[in-house]
Amino acid sequence: MLTCKDFLHELSDYLDECADAQVRAKLEEHIAECPNCWVIADTTKKTIRIYKGMDPYPIPSDVESRLMKALEKKMAAGRP
Amino acid sequence: MTTEGISVAAAEEISEEARAELQLVSRAREGDASAFGELIRPYEARIFRLAMSITQNREDAEDVLQEAFLKAYEHLEQFQGNSKFYTWIVRIAVNQALMKLRKRKSDRSVSLDEQIDTGEDTVIREIAAWDPDPEQRFSQEEMHGILTEAIDGLAPIYRTVFTLRDVDGLSTEETAEALELSVPAVKSRLLRARLQLRDKLTRFFKRKGDDAFAYM
Repeated sequence: MLTCKDFLHELSDYLDECADAQVRAKLEEHIAECPNCWVIADTTKKTIRIYKGMDPYPIPSDVESRLMKALEKKMAAGRP
Repeated sequence: MTTEGISVAAAEEISEEARAELQLVSRAREGDASAFGELIRPYEARIFRLAMSITQNREDAEDVLQEAFLKAYEHLEQFQGNSKFYTWIVRIAVNQALMKLRKRKSDRSVSLDEQIDTGEDTVIREIAAWDPDPEQRFSQEEMHGILTEAIDGLAPIYRTVFTLRDVDGLSTEETAEALELSVPAVKSRLLRARLQLRDKLTRFFKRKGDDAFAYM
């Protein structure tokens, strides 16, 4: 029988669907009986879903323009 | 297609997107400056976010961004096409960012590979069910603020692994390669980052009326 600690240890592999079938079956058996671990698995899964593909803030325009200037200078000098 | 210097095996087994990228690399190697600009444009903001996440200093992050792309241009010959261009650039940017940190802290031991406490249970403070789609309660701008604040609250080693693996969508192996960490090290940091973020977000996303309670 898995403990909650064992469950947490395997949580990432379970959510990434890379736990092997035998381990997966044990994890599913555990969350069916443990409401706390069910909540942790569900909310961690939602955390990953919400962050997936989150766009970064665009680069500030002054940073972008300094980057472009530095690159242009480098490119004008040619590649080594 | 000219893919001089790029592994043929790698070139044969790649997506259209990666193939287009390899063409840009080849053109840039031949001196086409606009091809290099086109190659890096999709990654500028992500590399800046990564640099910010490691250095936590805007001036340093800006330097890292410039240095990483200038170095990539100089060493384009070394990109073999065996990994994604983004993974290659990330590796350069991470090295530049760590060098900045070492310089700033006068500490040569700064690394993303430091020992961490792996007691995952210590990051479980709140357990409360969330709405099925908690993001619908907030505007897009509010959501961006909540997610950014939560991720900024993580230690750099967790934030960097989580950003590359779960936000940018690199595989565990690619994340390990980019950060020069072992796969088990990436996995353990990722789990801890996910659990800490889950805990931070529960404050905003828990179902109304549900009281959080301490973990056993």
